[in-house]
Amino acid sequence: MKKNQLMEKVIHGIFLVLGLITVGCVLLITIYLVISGIPAIREIGLVDFLFGKQWASTATEPKYGILPFILTSIYGTAGAIVIGVPVGFMTAVYLSKMASPKVKSVIQSAVSLLAGIPSVVYGLVGMLVLVPGIRKIFNVPDGASLLAAIIVLAIMILPSIIKMSITALDAVPKEYEDASLALGATPIETYFRVSVPAAKSGIAAAVVLGVGRAIGEAMAVMMVAGNVPNMPDSLFQSVRFLTTAVSSEMAYSSGLQRQALFSIALVLFMFIMLTGATLNFFLKRERE
Amino acid sequence: MKKTLSIIMTVLLCISIFTGCGNEQSSAVSTDGSTSMEKVIGSLGEAFQNDTGISFTYNPTGSGSGIKAVSEGRCDIGLSSRELKAEEKESGLSGTILAYDGIAIIVNPENPVNDLSLDTIAKIYKGEITNWAEVGGNDAQIVLIGREAGSGTRDGFESITDTEDACKYRQELTSTGDVITTVSQNPDAIGYASVASIKDTVKTLTVDGVSPTEETIKDGSYVVQRPFVLVTKSDADLSDAAFRFFTYITSSEANEIISAAGVVPAN
Repeated sequence: MKKNQLMEKVIHGIFLVLGLITVGCVLLITIYLVISGIPAIREIGLVDFLFGKQWASTATEPKYGILPFILTSIYGTAGAIVIGVPVGFMTAVYLSKMASPKVKSVIQSAVSLLAGIPSVVYGLVGMLVLVPGIRKIFNVPDGASLLAAIIVLAIMILPSIIKMSITALDAVPKEYEDASLALGATPIETYFRVSVPAAKSGIAAAVVLGVGRAIGEAMAVMMVAGNVPNMPDSLFQSVRFLTTAVSSEMAYSSGLQRQALFSIALVLFMFIMLTGATLNFFLKRERE
Repeated sequence: MKKTLSIIMTVLLCISIFTGCGNEQSSAVSTDGSTSMEKVIGSLGEAFQNDTGISFTYNPTGSGSGIKAVSEGRCDIGLSSRELKAEEKESGLSGTILAYDGIAIIVNPENPVNDLSLDTIAKIYKGEITNWAEVGGNDAQIVLIGREAGSGTRDGFESITDTEDACKYRQELTSTGDVITTVSQNPDAIGYASVASIKDTVKTLTVDGVSPTEETIKDGSYVVQRPFVLVTKSDADLSDAAFRFFTYITSSEANEIISAAGVVPAN
């Protein structure tokens, strides 16, 4: 009996350690980012760093202003949400409420497949099809632009938005809809006046999840956005995102340039923490 | 009971996997650095491995990372596709030129322009010439394709054309392959890439009437070129295996392999 209890404790301990590994990783990354991100911000100055409009890290007189990256990331994500959310949301309403089981299973497996495609493949297809396409359709000198990045991001966030919205819509009690139908509302009226409002915090969570995915994407964006640190004044401008600013220069960087890249990563980390906190807020509200 | 025992055994087994590493460095050569040198160092490493049985590894990370790796002792030989900077030499590193690489100026095959002078190339990249018609091409805006800040190819190109910090890029891409693909997709694009990696999908321009060939790069008449440098620590000796590799690739025997990889041997 005693032996058994000892065994229980040992196993308990092992599981605790395994659980702590995850926590440890998060802490380690956070601490590391803060420690390695602060020095460059101090040296450059917080205001110059966050609101400087010029980035020229290898110039003889280097400039480290990341406002173009911040704005690009915000615009790019907002654009992806503007295109992706209506499409994803309508798809979710259709799949959850109207589609026949057969259609639903086909579309749902397509959505899962879309979620499983590696981002480098999105980037490659974007580079070979979308970029030349934009060049021809809009008659601009080059298609690698903010617009190309927005389109790629919009497609990439579709699966998260669709899946999350379906879960929220499926969770709406059937009684609500039955009551609405019994009062004489048509099915469409019921879905949009009853089901969607009842699921709204879940749908909001889906949008935030999409934001998180879009703001953190690097590979696909790097291949279609052009990567020049311009201010994003036009949809056809070649731009650089926060993520690509880090990844494109990391390989060859040194000195203050490298430290500044860590500072960019820290800013990005803050953005992602913020979306994470917002997501938690919505999910909690839905549960209540 | 049996289950817990098996779990513990598995954990022990997992741990034992990690203890195995670390000691295998003794008879191996590790190199780290420039992605442009992949082809030449890869074929040299393969030949060396076949001749001597000493295993060879190459980590394509980029010139800066390679130099850092050798100074931190994470590899035997660092590979850089630019000359070492003064501060890097001061920190105890020395460079040996292995070969010369020509940087080709490439355009889309549909582009009628065949030759540009070095000066014109500089003006195009600085944004002083913006239309192909000004240099004998179609009436279309020139789309400048380049590499990311810190890339050895970009550094080489900008220092040769004297356009440092002045290039008005439309796109900054992170690999040679991406540059070639992008130029092959856009009829108005111009880009630069290592001669060794040029494919038929793009057209190589002559510079001041000289096309990049082995002779023109070696005798210096093709001006857009840069060295491939082997970086070692000047204060510490190489391991036996690394020393054998170093002598092998800098000897004249290796010249044939270096030429076959599309660059011009220096020794």
